[in-house]
Amino acid sequence: MNFFTLFGLPETYHIDNAKLANVYQSLAKVTHPDKFSNAGGQEKLMAVQKNAQINDGYQILKNPLSRAEHMLELRGISLQHETQTMQEPAFLMQQMEWREQLSEVESAGDPEQILQALDEEVAIHTKQHFKTLQELLEQQNDEANNLAAAEVRKLKFLNKLHKEIELKEDVLFED
Amino acid sequence: MAYSEKVIDHYENPRNVGGFDKNDPTIATGMVGAPACGDVMKLQLKVGENGLIEDAKFKTYGCGSAIASSSLVTEWVKGKTLDEAVTIKNTDIAEELALPPVKIHCSILAEDAIKAAVDDYKSKHSKA
Repeated sequence: MNFFTLFGLPETYHIDNAKLANVYQSLAKVTHPDKFSNAGGQEKLMAVQKNAQINDGYQILKNPLSRAEHMLELRGISLQHETQTMQEPAFLMQQMEWREQLSEVESAGDPEQILQALDEEVAIHTKQHFKTLQELLEQQNDEANNLAAAEVRKLKFLNKLHKEIELKEDVLFED
Repeated sequence: MAYSEKVIDHYENPRNVGGFDKNDPTIATGMVGAPACGDVMKLQLKVGENGLIEDAKFKTYGCGSAIASSSLVTEWVKGKTLDEAVTIKNTDIAEELALPPVKIHCSILAEDAIKAAVDDYKSKHSKA
């Protein structure tokens, strides 16, 4: 399934978010299960499936990381169910250090300041990897695609860390 | 999804959490990560003069199954040679912990951590 085609968008990393949202709304409307309450079983089932597909596609295209992953999948590199481990010591050591900082933040003098600094540092790295990813995706050759896949893998670690930082902020500073 | 009793036991009472100085020549360090879930695992082995693994420590940031897999591995490798340690298969780990199919990658992570640690040790000692 090519979700770019489904939403009538060019297959590029940068997309028109407003257009994506508009197309999504109109597609979701015509396939909404409520519209098929009086339809036959087969037709109803088709609408439900189409509606689910539209929702999946929207979520995938909206998020830059899953959008990049989808682009790679269309180019023959599937990352979704891979079980291969990553073994880049320097990158992983950095991930480890950040996670250690995060796990020890409660006992630190100023948790709020530390969390904020950590989040900013992670954001800077994330931005750099996204920039590289975008440049690689534009090249459209096997070598660049493989390197782009490596960037997506790294971004998944950064993404998870960012979510954990947010979670910790919620736990520590909930009003 | 329910965790098996063995996973819960290792998760609640992880064995050998911690680390050694990675620059110590008797220490083998393996760092691996699972991109699919963002888990990160560090496994360190202390190798004695007789070539046997005297001690092992781990630090894992990830789900219960990843923590249990690495905790189990630190118990299994002790007393083994490095060549014996690399024969530990992810399927052995998955079977011992009764991991469901969606968590098999956690046991692969632990198997690869042993291999990475052994590689690290060998590269440290080939230079000398």
